[in-house]
Amino acid sequence: MSDKAKKNKTPFIRLSKKSESMLDPRKAVAIRISSVVVALILGSIPILLTGVNPVKAYGIIVQGSLGNKIYLQQTIKKMIPLLCCALAIGPCFKMRFWNIGAEGQLTAGAIACSAIAIWFGKSSMPSILILSLMFIFAIVAGGIWGFIPGYFKAKYNTNETLFTLMMNYIAIGIAKWLQGGPWEGRKGTQIIPIFDRKTFLPNVLGVHCGWIIVLLIVIIMHYYMTRTKHGFEVAVIGDSENTARYAGMNVGWIMMRTMFLSGAICGIAGFVVVAGANHTLNDVVADGNGFTAITVSWLSQLNSYVMILISALLAIISKGSKTLNQRVGVPASVAEIVSGILLFCMLGCEFFINYEIKFRWSRDKDAKKSASTAEQAKNGSTDGNRSSIPANTSKEAE
Amino acid sequence: MQNCAIELKNIRKTFGPVVANDGINLQINRGEILCLLGENGSGKTTLMNMLSGIYQPDGGEIYADGRKVTIRSPHDAFKNGIGMIHQHYHLVDVFTAAQNIILGLDEAMDIGRVNTRVKEICDRYGFGIDPKMKVYDMSVSQKQTVEIVKVLYRGSEILILDEPTAVLTPQETDKLFAVLRNMRRDNKAIVLITHKLAEVMAVSDKVAILRKGRYIATVNTKETSPGELTDMMVGRAVTLNLDRPKYDNPEDKLVVEGLTVVDREGIKKLNNVSFTARTGEILGVAGIAGSGQKELLESISGLYPVKSGSIKFVNTDKTTVELVGKTPTQIKEIGVGMGFVPEDRLGMGLVGSMGMTDNMMLRSWREGRGLFFNRKKPQDLADRVWKKLDVVTPSTEFPVRRMSGGNIQKVLVGREIASHPPVLLTAYAVRGLDINTSYAIYNLLNDQKMGGSAVMYVGEELDVLMELCDRILVLCDGQVSGIVDGRTATKEEIGLLMTTVGGKEA
Amino acid sequence: MTAIFALIAAAGTYATALMFGTIGEILTEKSGNLNLGVEGMMYMGGIFGLVTANRYEALVGETGSVGFIAILFAILGSFAAGCIAGLIFAFITVTLRANQNVTGLAMTTFGTGVAKFVGEHMRNKLGGYVSVSNHLKESFHQQIFPDFLKRIPFVGKIVFGQPHFFYLGILVAILLHLFFTKTKKGLYLRAVGESPATADAAGINMTRYRYLATMIGGGISAIGGMVYTMTTAGCVWIEGSLSGVGWLSVALVIFCTWRPLNGIWGSMLFGSLMIMYLWIIIPFFPQELYKILPYVVTIVVLIIASMKNNKEKQPPANLGLNYFREER
Repeated sequence: MSDKAKKNKTPFIRLSKKSESMLDPRKAVAIRISSVVVALILGSIPILLTGVNPVKAYGIIVQGSLGNKIYLQQTIKKMIPLLCCALAIGPCFKMRFWNIGAEGQLTAGAIACSAIAIWFGKSSMPSILILSLMFIFAIVAGGIWGFIPGYFKAKYNTNETLFTLMMNYIAIGIAKWLQGGPWEGRKGTQIIPIFDRKTFLPNVLGVHCGWIIVLLIVIIMHYYMTRTKHGFEVAVIGDSENTARYAGMNVGWIMMRTMFLSGAICGIAGFVVVAGANHTLNDVVADGNGFTAITVSWLSQLNSYVMILISALLAIISKGSKTLNQRVGVPASVAEIVSGILLFCMLGCEFFINYEIKFRWSRDKDAKKSASTAEQAKNGSTDGNRSSIPANTSKEAE
Repeated sequence: MQNCAIELKNIRKTFGPVVANDGINLQINRGEILCLLGENGSGKTTLMNMLSGIYQPDGGEIYADGRKVTIRSPHDAFKNGIGMIHQHYHLVDVFTAAQNIILGLDEAMDIGRVNTRVKEICDRYGFGIDPKMKVYDMSVSQKQTVEIVKVLYRGSEILILDEPTAVLTPQETDKLFAVLRNMRRDNKAIVLITHKLAEVMAVSDKVAILRKGRYIATVNTKETSPGELTDMMVGRAVTLNLDRPKYDNPEDKLVVEGLTVVDREGIKKLNNVSFTARTGEILGVAGIAGSGQKELLESISGLYPVKSGSIKFVNTDKTTVELVGKTPTQIKEIGVGMGFVPEDRLGMGLVGSMGMTDNMMLRSWREGRGLFFNRKKPQDLADRVWKKLDVVTPSTEFPVRRMSGGNIQKVLVGREIASHPPVLLTAYAVRGLDINTSYAIYNLLNDQKMGGSAVMYVGEELDVLMELCDRILVLCDGQVSGIVDGRTATKEEIGLLMTTVGGKEA
Repeated sequence: MTAIFALIAAAGTYATALMFGTIGEILTEKSGNLNLGVEGMMYMGGIFGLVTANRYEALVGETGSVGFIAILFAILGSFAAGCIAGLIFAFITVTLRANQNVTGLAMTTFGTGVAKFVGEHMRNKLGGYVSVSNHLKESFHQQIFPDFLKRIPFVGKIVFGQPHFFYLGILVAILLHLFFTKTKKGLYLRAVGESPATADAAGINMTRYRYLATMIGGGISAIGGMVYTMTTAGCVWIEGSLSGVGWLSVALVIFCTWRPLNGIWGSMLFGSLMIMYLWIIIPFFPQELYKILPYVVTIVVLIIASMKNNKEKQPPANLGLNYFREER
């Protein structure tokens, strides 16, 4: 843009951030929906390559994920850990703490509860007690896994994005070691034998009761974020750390606490996967859900209920593609492509909601700088302090 | 005139409803140091930003060497030989001085040649910088030097320096002035934006005075005096008809002794500050921006680390408690009520994305036991503030960021005075507000005072300070240069104190 | 001792893939773009490198195929794939200003998806598996130095006994190092990553620099994926075999403190750690845990750098942040 500015008077296209009063919620919804449509159209390209009619393929995806009871149950099973991790990440993002370590926190939780299952599964302890122990251990392990980067961020301002990322692979590495080492079943199989039935989560309506746990977390997190002192602290820090200090908040402590909580919920996801679905531990227990959850959390703008929708959408694509593969031989990996495109489109569309695009012919000859500052002054009212919050902050805080 | 490098004619600039500059005529000559003098907010920087391509004037003309020019970008400014050294430096920390200097230039990268040329420039004007030094290792004054060399390296003939001495020690200032004199000898045109009279008298040839965005006059430094300049800068005293009710038998409430604070870079922001704030009194704090006002209020409220000195709060039973070393929460816990209206309303005092109710809760969120906060009280308070202070907002849930500046300030002040704190600290409480809102705020402060609070009012408009405050503490460069009686002090007296360190004649 | 030298020599192949992945990401990150989609880009590079070589051979026939040209095609194919991925990333983050972390993770999903899809699609089409003929396989594995050099005690095999991609990687690292330290464009690029506002004020077109750095960086990373498929994985597409290489590269970027030359020995070190369990057995230390050592040392490096607040070892100051001029 800037080299154009050098050559001619006004750049061809110029952008400005919309003031909040200009945001039209209906238009925003329309833009978001059309981004999904665009994504589905783009996603049909790989399907076309395999010689399958995309409309038919999407039909199969929907039918193959929601069409009957078994499909629906499987879709929900896929959705549970994804939604759980997305919920866990919510408070971190609200605080503008980039926790991308859900994958590892989930795995850490899974390891801890597997330990209980292996140690006490064959003992005479009642099932409910073992399950409770597993649950608690998963929470603590996941929490610690989240707390460590939080501690270093609060203490030394260590880059949390990179730290949490590395923590993922340490957890996964430990799981791999356990799988092929101390907990290995028959030598050389690299498989941990299925746990005792006592460690299985009971089924409710055909799906393990993890879905009830996750739904509870949805509600709890909603109230945690909107009704509790903790949620209030997190929201204030996300808006401005200075304001938080002014209000007497201990920013470092809140950061560590929130990271522990976030890790703990990821740990619950690990527990649910181990006790509900896999009944064993392996290094792919997280199966990328921790990463995908980050996009889910972000795209739902940290709203617990919207997270249900988006994680359902991704679970439908994922499950439906398996059916698609079985029926017409389209590779199941089409799910990842379509999800990827969907995420790209939904990420990109926010731009059209938040920024205003002006073309040269629609503007007078005002040079860009003066116009923009005047605009800012107008939008930002006469108070000079108003521009002190960078726009990306405000966007993230919403 | 051959000598004239830049001429401004009838320049006007507005930001929305605010007129920043109007009817400005100015001549910048080669071989001369021109000081642009004015109070905070008098439009000095805005005016110069139009020369350096940051802003565009809404009216008037700019002539460079007699040609009419339009300056659309910093790049255009360079082409016209104009280089500006801003208050906030544009430097890449991990680069060396030389690397920063050639950033964005079209010439080939030959660090050896750059180093020689930088050395040439330094020798010519008497700088000392090592081109191989990394910026993060530099002191503030060295960074400033790099910015100046950067401008000279690009062949600028007209240098504009925006308050260059604000961050310098007296020795560094002397050095800078020596350099500026060398540049003058080299027939460069130099504009120095400042509000320090001593500097004006020491270094300039001519002084142009701005007041409230308007051009007042240009005078030769030799033919003027600090007194005359102050007069022109602050203008005639205006009567605002502010109330200043008298409170019977004020008592000491806050006793500050020898307060010294340093910032992260180790620069002293407050130096041995001592004063007493009394009940039933508004203690004004006057001073040029950045003289330590912010640090003073923040250290009293427990937000800024104190290096030495004491801040004592006097209880109603005459016992005292030390506030130094306590966090805001601890101060609250020992029962010291304190209201604080900070300068940065949305960045510190309020949460922009939240509504009035949640912002009221910033002060009470910790109250009550258990995990859940009590929203009833802040809701009531928000309703009360909404009605009592006539805040214009669709609801108490409407994000405060989307309100106008005046309403934002009403929310903030309303919250801070709600509990009638014995100590009320305010920083620039009326900045950017319209007349009506300003008066509403003054009345609120007077109410607090008559209710027996010790109110501190950091302000920038001397007229207001003189009519509102019972006493005025004048800060200059982190030191108290005097405490005067608001009823008897003259504007000139305060203006002079504001520009003289330690109260002595400079 | 000999075991250690043998280990390092053997690590070269694995290290080469890491080296490309890391160097590409260093270029991207130096511009201020944190593209966490390296994993996805390397996957794409892996499959498209293999497919171009395979298609080339199908076109000219097994007998007519020349190893050198096949390698060239593989490089071009993977580089192009990485470039396109980088372009998508740059468009979404630089032009549309979406969050970089999230976009990078979406890129991982997308890239691995595309690679698996193409791999499976090709496998279905060709019936069986996607590969190249044996003589092409050999040329991908070929070593360029004569045998007597490899017989130099200890270091001979390490220095001269590596596949040609290894030396290409070192060359790219050195070139990138020179680009950063000796050229004007390199200086400008770093300025963009450190402080876009400063670069913008100096008249540098930061958008162009970020786009180009992200695209070329993506391309180089993708070559790493191709190298892995064509050497370590033996020119066959095995779904999931590339898993984790991209993330290890991201870790390596931090470990190298964003310096391409450190990437050379860093990738050797990480490569050695990854295969160490086959070579060196420390009593009571489980072999699988060697593999998490790279991540542990990376974290230690990260913590120490932040504790000491060493300015030279910090990430580019603006890493992961988007720039919008009017937000100043």
